[in-house]
Amino acid sequence: MSWWRLLLRDKFACVAVVILLLVFACALVGPLLLSDLATKQNLRAVNRPPFSLDDGWAFLLGSDSLGRSLLARLIVASRTTLSIAVPAVVISLVIGSALGMWAGYHRGWRENLAMRVADVILSFPSLLLAVVVLYVFSPSAGNIILVLAIARIPIYLRAARAESAELQSRLFVDAARTFGARSWAIIGRHVAPTVLPTLFTVATLDFCFVMLTESSLSFLGIGIQPPDMSWGLMVAQGREVLQSAWWIAVFPGLAIVVTTVSATVLASWARLAMDPGQRWRLTLPRSARKSAVRKSAVRKSAVRKSAVRKSAVRKSKEVKS
Amino acid sequence: MTPVLEVDRLAVDIRTPAGTVRAVREVSFSVRSGETLALLGESGCGKSMTAQAIAGLLDPVAHVAGGAVRLEGTDLLTLPPAQRRKLAGPGLAIVFQDALTALNPVQTVGAQLAEPFRIHERLSRRAALERAVELMERVGIPEPRARARAHPHQFSGGMRQRLLIAMAMALRPKVLLADEPTTALDVTVQAQIMELLRELRTEQQTALILITHDLAVVAEEADHVAVMYAGSIVEAGRVTDVFSRPRHPYTRGLLDSVPAEVARGVNLKSIPGSPPDLHAVPAGCAFHARCPMATDVCAERRPALTEAGPGRLSACHHWKELADD
Repeated sequence: MSWWRLLLRDKFACVAVVILLLVFACALVGPLLLSDLATKQNLRAVNRPPFSLDDGWAFLLGSDSLGRSLLARLIVASRTTLSIAVPAVVISLVIGSALGMWAGYHRGWRENLAMRVADVILSFPSLLLAVVVLYVFSPSAGNIILVLAIARIPIYLRAARAESAELQSRLFVDAARTFGARSWAIIGRHVAPTVLPTLFTVATLDFCFVMLTESSLSFLGIGIQPPDMSWGLMVAQGREVLQSAWWIAVFPGLAIVVTTVSATVLASWARLAMDPGQRWRLTLPRSARKSAVRKSAVRKSAVRKSAVRKSAVRKSKEVKS
Repeated sequence: MTPVLEVDRLAVDIRTPAGTVRAVREVSFSVRSGETLALLGESGCGKSMTAQAIAGLLDPVAHVAGGAVRLEGTDLLTLPPAQRRKLAGPGLAIVFQDALTALNPVQTVGAQLAEPFRIHERLSRRAALERAVELMERVGIPEPRARARAHPHQFSGGMRQRLLIAMAMALRPKVLLADEPTTALDVTVQAQIMELLRELRTEQQTALILITHDLAVVAEEADHVAVMYAGSIVEAGRVTDVFSRPRHPYTRGLLDSVPAEVARGVNLKSIPGSPPDLHAVPAGCAFHARCPMATDVCAERRPALTEAGPGRLSACHHWKELADD
């Protein structure tokens, strides 16, 4: 069954794809059409409420505290947001997973080295790391991407290492060794196809985190610098007037959430579609699929849940103390 | 004719929390092209360890403590990894016991069967796939071209074992190690798989090392047999000789415990006791505690594997008494 037909079978995944395509289209062509409108101030009409067409379609979502069209800003800001979040996620995904699979496959000193590097990165709060780096160097888009990418490498590194350490003891890897495959060939052909779907799912979740971190940096004044705009920066700017003009912060926030949720839905569809043993489930109606998937996912989620529970307990202890 | 594979006094140690244990001691055997040697023994007697040591697939906790594995005169154990990789496949290949875990669940079987060709003959993806389809046809998989696009879970156990055999035989290895190739299969499929192995062996003049605990398989398929007990070979020779006139009490015990036509109500024979814990292999002969013929000398001196008649070896102080029976 072709990919298209598998996708059309799943309504949620279809909607997610449409939304993501829309966001990417906005990021590609939006700034060309709307960048003037997005920066044109109109101090006589600040904080106009949304959902009224009195001032034309451009002000459907209201205006901000400088009277700029929120809709236009939202569309223009999507480019900055994506051009920071996507490269940051992709860079950390590529470096982290390659390093993690290498470490997990070989074990021994390589594993120790990679894990210590991950520990070092994780021991700095990523926001602090970003603040220091961006304070020393100029807060350009390139530097923000670099800092975010480095800060998120350990996430992929650890996931990839754990999975490939388990895979390298499997018999089919031994089988590949018996006819003389090199270690990189084995990693590429046997380890990566199993590990990557998981990492892609992690990456889509991380997409949200990166967007929010970028917004925190912008809020602190070391991220995106006005007059450039990003969704995170818009949320940050809107927070000051949240009580009088909620829409300034809520719509960009909504944009972040909708984009991330779409990416997550698409990722969970892709995880099933990429697994040849599970792919047939996508041909079932959604209600029948859920119970089947849940059964197969019990082991993994049990592990994850216990980890979550542990961290929750730890947090509640910290709060008490 | 010189043997194609010679294993010479191979020893394998395993590090355990309770100390180092010798899992394989002084194992020597050789096999010629087109012949089948069976390594026979109970679970835990070291036959799989021997195979893993030969193939270079030992776990990190285990390591070769001595001896040599010579493939046409080249010692595999001292070869640098790059050269050893070159020999892996065209020199020596393995058929694993568990066909489901030995195949990658997320790859099509065609891609997996094509892998040896892509590595060793540097064929393009398409040409290698073409060879893979030929292989699938050779091992008796119906509609190979369509099935090459299927994934391992879409095959039955017997078909999966055929795929593994195809993968191992892809590069026409000089030596094929088959580690309990039929244990996970039912009897009819077992017979088909053994038939296939036999055909391929004759066709390609491969030396086959068959690792098994199944006496019937040994009797039917093998030319020579080496019986292992507690990490060492206790008896070796031609299958016809060893099975008709065993010259080690352990072999005789094994043969006696095969159910035969006995009257109703008669207990089946068995060897009393169980194999020794490798942490505490008794001094002297490892088998003496379970041996009906044991004497004082058995508890004191470990019997060496010595010539016991023409073309056969036995590690028993009392093999002559057995021969006289």
